[in-house]
Amino acid sequence: MAEAVFAVAAVLMLAGAIGVVASRNPVHAALFLVQTLVGVALLFILNDAHFLAAVQVVVYAGAIVILFLFVIMLLGVDKAEELRVEPIFGQRPLAAVIGAALAAVLGTVILTTADVLSGIRRSGGERALDGEATDIERMGRVLFGEFAFAVEITAALLTIAVVGAVVLTRRAARSDGAAPAGPGSG
Amino acid sequence: MTGHLVLAADPMLAGDIGLVEVLLTLAKVVVAFAFLLVAVMLMIWFERKLLGGMHQRFGPTIAGPFGVLQTMADGIKLFFKEDLVPDRSDRFVFKLAPYLSLIPAFLAFAIVPLGGDFNSRAGEVEWWGRITYLQVADPPVGILLFLAMSSVAVYGVMLAGWSSGSKYPLLGSVRASAQMVSYEAALGLAVASIVLVTGGLSTHDMVVAQAAEGYFGIIPRWNIIVTGLVPFIVFAIAGTAELNRPPFDLVEAEQELVGGFHTEYSSIRFALFFLAEFMNTITMSAIIVTLFLGGPSGPALVSEIGGFGLAWAWGVVWFFIKLFVLLFCFVWMRATLPRFRYDQLMDLGWKALIPVALGWFLFLTALEVGRERGWNEAAVTVVSLLVFAGAALLLVRAVRSGRRARDREAARADEPSDPVEERA
Repeated sequence: MAEAVFAVAAVLMLAGAIGVVASRNPVHAALFLVQTLVGVALLFILNDAHFLAAVQVVVYAGAIVILFLFVIMLLGVDKAEELRVEPIFGQRPLAAVIGAALAAVLGTVILTTADVLSGIRRSGGERALDGEATDIERMGRVLFGEFAFAVEITAALLTIAVVGAVVLTRRAARSDGAAPAGPGSG
Repeated sequence: MTGHLVLAADPMLAGDIGLVEVLLTLAKVVVAFAFLLVAVMLMIWFERKLLGGMHQRFGPTIAGPFGVLQTMADGIKLFFKEDLVPDRSDRFVFKLAPYLSLIPAFLAFAIVPLGGDFNSRAGEVEWWGRITYLQVADPPVGILLFLAMSSVAVYGVMLAGWSSGSKYPLLGSVRASAQMVSYEAALGLAVASIVLVTGGLSTHDMVVAQAAEGYFGIIPRWNIIVTGLVPFIVFAIAGTAELNRPPFDLVEAEQELVGGFHTEYSSIRFALFFLAEFMNTITMSAIIVTLFLGGPSGPALVSEIGGFGLAWAWGVVWFFIKLFVLLFCFVWMRATLPRFRYDQLMDLGWKALIPVALGWFLFLTALEVGRERGWNEAAVTVVSLLVFAGAALLLVRAVRSGRRARDREAARADEPSDPVEERA
């Protein structure tokens, strides 16, 4: 059962990932990204991380990709792009090199930490997973106990980002002297 | 990985899964599916009939007794109409979009407890020796599934407008998705209050908690009372906006957008959008009943007829009565309230609902912490409300000064727009 679910999720994710790279239309690429994210959510459920699966769908599929689509639609770049010209010189060979490096790193990690044939992990990493509590409870304890400071700092960072975004829009409007693109309009 | 999958907290699925378990689950799925389809049919008729009554006219009268078969007649008509796919559309996405808005409505309904005896058996029923709940699934993430589905439903609207390859639907869908994403935040914060007082995400646990002994023997322990009415109001408003129902139906503002995101759709695909809209209304009402109004809990007036246990059926009865009242209110709102303007809609969502929901959530948290630590409850309430009032005052001032600054800038931007005047 678990193997079958894993196979389905893996096929979904790989097909989605290839689709993101291969499709010429940015909206199609975004939709393939959603497919990959749903595959990841499936894998989370397979590992009894139900909360992460739900958050994966709510946050990534429900908010972030929606935002991508929003920007794509507002900018009107929803037609297939001209791909023959390279906008940044040397971008593609560099991407190939970095891609190969990343694949090498991932391959090393997989080969050194897992028994490839049986799929059993050698390194112990299950400290947070013991106990009877649900995954939400365990995660809450870790996040708001051990890492409470990191959570607070992240919250402050996000607030600063929001304030910064607001300040940027206001100042741009003033220096141009043009009609302000107020946040209330969208 | 242990190789087993926790599919649900339903006691039936905890042990070995045999033929009976599979058949029971299948039966539950089929019943819920059929119920939703029939309910949509009746809901469309009910809404039209009720609107007719409120407008001093008859509504549908011809098809069947009291026009009850009107929806079926409309459905058959739509089915046999020509199915147009615009030339400039993105064909695959155009055909996919209606299903993307229909399927989440079905899936979200799966977590709604439909019945069961919550007085003595905590919602469990025993059929063929299997103890189970009267709901399709009780996943550990519970109510989060509903939030996830309502965020997936945005795709249906958004992609429908984009793939039509036409301006008005695109405008309609951008507007709709902005609205839905904005109100999802308020929706989530209202749900957070419920999760806080329940202490868990499971919808079944929420109903069990609400079925407990109430106050003074007559007032039920429903979350609408336990959380102090505010989350209920926020959820009801945000839910209406999430459904794109009046007075928040800017998505299909005829005067501005021809017909909204589904302008280019015809035939059965249009019918699917229509179906999804009404199905979402029913699902949202069912979720409100579950979260705030005690779900299927209620007294079992006749618990047995001829040795045949009927206590679980009373749960179904109470659930339907509550659902019916809410659906009536949705139609009532549609008949009463005029449509919001777009900026009013955004103001209400961002500057009123989200701060109120957040503040109330913090207030409930303070009460909960105070109870745990044994603080004086009255003192906690007074201090919290004072902080709440201070924050509200600050927010109002900030919004007002922001508006003033915007007005000033707009006035300044208007002045030099005439170059002749500037030179003189």
